[in-house]
Amino acid sequence: MNTSITSDQLFRALKETLTMVGFSLFFASLIGIPIGILLVVTRPGGILANKWVYGILNPVINVVRSLPFIILLVAIIPFTRLIVHTSVGTSAAIVPLILYIAPYIGRLVENSLLEVNPGILEAAEAMGATPFQVIWYFLLPEAFGSLILTMTTATIGLIGATAMAGTVGGGGIGDLAISYGYQRFDTFVILVTVAILVAFVQGIQSVGNRLARKARRES
Amino acid sequence: MIELRDVYKTFERKGVSHEALRGVNLKAEKGDIFGVIGFSGAGKSTLIRLINHLEKPTRGHVFVDGEPLDRYGVKQLREARKRIGMIFQHFNLLETRTVFDNVAIPLVLLKKSKKEIRERVTELLEFTGLSDKARNYPKELSGGQKQRVGIARALASNPSILLCDEATSALDPQTTRSILDLLKRINEQYGITMLVVTHEMSVIQQICNKVAVMENGEIVEQGNVLDVFGDPRHPTTQNFVRTVIHNEVPGSVLQTLNAEPESRLFKLKFVGPSASEPIIDGLIRRHDLKVNILFANMTEIQKTTLGHMIIQLDGAAPVIDRAAEYLAGQGVQIEEVKSL
Ligand SMILES: Nc1ncnc2c1ncn2[C@@H]1O[C@H](COP(=O)(O)OP(=O)(O)O)[C@@H](O)[C@H]1O
Ligand SMILES: [Mg+2]
Repeated sequence: MNTSITSDQLFRALKETLTMVGFSLFFASLIGIPIGILLVVTRPGGILANKWVYGILNPVINVVRSLPFIILLVAIIPFTRLIVHTSVGTSAAIVPLILYIAPYIGRLVENSLLEVNPGILEAAEAMGATPFQVIWYFLLPEAFGSLILTMTTATIGLIGATAMAGTVGGGGIGDLAISYGYQRFDTFVILVTVAILVAFVQGIQSVGNRLARKARRES
Repeated sequence: MIELRDVYKTFERKGVSHEALRGVNLKAEKGDIFGVIGFSGAGKSTLIRLINHLEKPTRGHVFVDGEPLDRYGVKQLREARKRIGMIFQHFNLLETRTVFDNVAIPLVLLKKSKKEIRERVTELLEFTGLSDKARNYPKELSGGQKQRVGIARALASNPSILLCDEATSALDPQTTRSILDLLKRINEQYGITMLVVTHEMSVIQQICNKVAVMENGEIVEQGNVLDVFGDPRHPTTQNFVRTVIHNEVPGSVLQTLNAEPESRLFKLKFVGPSASEPIIDGLIRRHDLKVNILFANMTEIQKTTLGHMIIQLDGAAPVIDRAAEYLAGQGVQIEEVKSL
């Protein structure tokens, strides 16, 4: 089969995808996990119920989440420039990726934490645990297995979003597929990139599942 | 010591208010095992959750060991809660932690040293018969074992009060008995005051010395278990007592009754020592009459026997009168009944 890309190009794209996924996952988690915790503890009836915090955070997340990634990408270019001093390239793609995936992680974390048996939180409160202790010793450990799956889902969502990051010259596997495979009818590139993405997603999901089972003592 | 003084609790939900507790007064002295019994929805859980202030009273006061919890701030309240243990119907253990770590949690919250934690947890596991389960996870335990973990955890911080909300309701009768024995042992050994909420009269019968009967957010009857069991006044109490003390004459016996129109029927009730005396034997020896025991039941409550009996006396009227006087003189509560 004829192809116009070199293996160097492929490796560079691979590296770019991993960079984008890795960095944005890290920073988005730093933002998203606390958001998820905040949503759970400040919701009505939560251990730190707070009308204001919840009442503001909740709709703001909905608004950000309702924006398609491609719109977000373009809309925040000035902000991106402010943060990374450029609006093109891999690092410029990371900023919108973080902004896109952090609220998503927030929601997923919220759902995971809400699954924790309320009886356990009641027991914690009856023991005289402080709100921090409730979160640290009861809520997070009990939700740990579910949180692993949450992060798995977020990572896979992120891989999908990086494909669109090519639009701002972010590069990566997805960009390769679009600019060579789709625009230049290079079937080989399509096949290889699809295979790589499928392998990524499969690998991440099965590692996630295994870790989650272990955390839940189901092994 | 636990005291509720004229406590009201109203829940507001979507504009509809519901009075879960209506003027509850209750006092459990140090060392009491105070039972609260009632049907589902009576307000028992609400009552028990007021004691450690998981729920705040709408009106009235709650005292624990003389401390006015309703006047405490968050911090003081957290400290006070460490002196109040609680166990639950569904155990509420951390599924991702071993038995050892579950029991250790209250001590971790108290920031005790590793060594102190190890010693205390080992001691508690031994006391509750779980030493060989220290490394297991809750999933691997039976219901009874899980409740033992719950009990060990509740005792870890050396509380003076233990609250039990339907602690045996998810367990089979045999396991229930062993958990109740454990609670009794804790009460006797450490003098911990307990408040036990249940819908099962057998729980009250086996371990409580005082009981309150709840209905629709009110306590309809309370007192020493023996008094309440011996002489239940409120219809709800009578219903509950009937679940453990059967004082009904079987139908088959009733049918044979009409055959002897001359005879008279008496209901006897005896408490304590008189129950074990050979009263009936004395009755027959001293009086010239025929004694027919239609029904007899003995129940042990608080190491005291409570007896119920229905007898049919057949003989001359004055003899029967004298026989009734004799029984009353023996400390038996006697009551003539016209029909059953
Ligand atoms: N948080 C709550 N909000 C609204 N109603 C409640 C709440 N907790 C309990 N109730 C109501 O109060 C009543 C008493 O409930 P509860 O104390 O749980 O009864 P029990 O434990 O005796 O079954 C019930 O009618 C219940 O629906
Ligand atoms: Mg209840």
